[in-house]
Amino acid sequence: MFALVDCNSCYASCEQVFRPDLRDKPVIVLSNNDGCIIARSKEAKRLGIPDLQPYFKLKGFLRQQGVSIFSANFTLYGDISHRVMTTLREYAAEVEVYSIDEMFLSFDGLPDDLKTYGQEIKQRIWRDVRMPVSVGVAPSKTLAKLANHAAKKISRLDGVCLLDTAEKWQWVQARLPVTKVWGIGSRTGKRLNTMGIRSILDLARANPKHMRREFNVNIERTITELNGTPAIDMETDVEPRQQIYCTRSFGHKPGDLYSLQTSISAYTARAAEKLRDQNSETKALQVFISCSRFEEEPYHGQQVVELPYATDDTRVLSHYARLAVEQLYRPNRLYARAGVGLIDIRSKDFQQRDFFYPTDNPRSEALMKTLDKINHRYGHGSAFLAAEGQKKRWRMRQAFLSPAYTTRWQDIPRVMLG
Amino acid sequence: MKVIKLPKFAHAVQAGFPSAADDFIEAQLDLNEHLIEHPSATYLARAQGSSMKDQGIFNNDTLIVDRAREAEHGDIVVAALDGELTCKILDKQRRLLLPANNAMRPVPIGDNSELIIEGVVIHSIRHHIRQDRKQRSKTNRQTT
Repeated sequence: MFALVDCNSCYASCEQVFRPDLRDKPVIVLSNNDGCIIARSKEAKRLGIPDLQPYFKLKGFLRQQGVSIFSANFTLYGDISHRVMTTLREYAAEVEVYSIDEMFLSFDGLPDDLKTYGQEIKQRIWRDVRMPVSVGVAPSKTLAKLANHAAKKISRLDGVCLLDTAEKWQWVQARLPVTKVWGIGSRTGKRLNTMGIRSILDLARANPKHMRREFNVNIERTITELNGTPAIDMETDVEPRQQIYCTRSFGHKPGDLYSLQTSISAYTARAAEKLRDQNSETKALQVFISCSRFEEEPYHGQQVVELPYATDDTRVLSHYARLAVEQLYRPNRLYARAGVGLIDIRSKDFQQRDFFYPTDNPRSEALMKTLDKINHRYGHGSAFLAAEGQKKRWRMRQAFLSPAYTTRWQDIPRVMLG
Repeated sequence: MKVIKLPKFAHAVQAGFPSAADDFIEAQLDLNEHLIEHPSATYLARAQGSSMKDQGIFNNDTLIVDRAREAEHGDIVVAALDGELTCKILDKQRRLLLPANNAMRPVPIGDNSELIIEGVVIHSIRHHIRQDRKQRSKTNRQTT
């Protein structure tokens, strides 16, 4: 049996963890740059606030309704998510972190009463982390996703739904459109509709071999899974991470090379810090810059840089990232996004040293450690390369940022003793 | 994907033998391990005010708060009383939140007010030097 545990309105719920005064109140979270609404608490949804709407359009309404507004605080969300995932690992032998707010668990040889077990998980995550979760349990991952959806929609289930018999999952499948199936996008959904497949149950009853010829092998697996036979394996985590990306949209769209290079240096510094945190180094990096897709001539430039040797030194990585930006840069355009990815990551412990190639100077390791320590203690951006620029005009707009309650000393919650 | 060719590096290879002392090094004492039993359920908070002074909790002390521990009668807890975070001694029998300061009164947990325990204070840390002074001396050490 599989379970999918999903944090309810994850980002909005994270904002409520250290703000008991905001629990049961409408809360929304805005995307990078305070552009769009990306998360809504249950109460905000009830007010009819739509998802992914531009914030400025709803400003007046939100104020009038007394909705609490937050800029996305990924430092906080990352830490809360990590706490949820760490706690969930106690409940299953195998786990798969599917996204920042979803985790698959696989139960083999565990208690028969999985409904009670699901409730136990839900209550534990609330008690320990103050994150509300929904739990869907079923014989396949696709059905567990579906069970989770039902757990959220049907209030009498109290957040836990067990679909352990064909009768139960068919009841749900008959009531939901085929686009609600895990892995079926809106385009496939439309094509299925023209074939007369509208509900999930229609798809579950379709001939798998025939559908495989029409579409691909994935849809055959989906059909098998919808009928209660697991066909998609758990992707248990490959630690440490194989790729690290740091990408941002600009608050103030720059058009000059200098701004792009300073921002790329800053993203590289952030990515390199994550790289060192997991004791790895990288042999290649990918750099990209792109104009707004609404621009007349959209431009998206990307380049992979193979480094002469694997490194975790911010200075070396930043140097090459800047060279790449220089090559990618086209004048007379405004840039909307830029990012860097560390893509050929290996552990520092098992490094293959090429005798004829140099490596980082041992003093570089000491310097990087010091840099990380300073930034950890005094907050990101306390110590940085001059290459990152002094002004940081491209910094995101984050007018409603909450404190980093769990990751920064100055930000830990205050308790009023009176 | 486009790939840029880069020049080889010129500086020397650093080599060396591992130190024989490596085998005898024990891990350093870890305060996290000493003070925190349930890392995922524990958070730090800053105490503000003087109502807990007789329990040795003073203004600006750091509190270590564990949500996984069941709050028992007599525990020092962080509680949300009508939405505000406070720190008091939990008196389950008389339904009171007790301050540890004679100048202050117990707070009754009314039948209509909502009390939610936000964790048990398992340790508090008293800082015997001013925080800004501590940071200054650390910075000095790093630059020398």
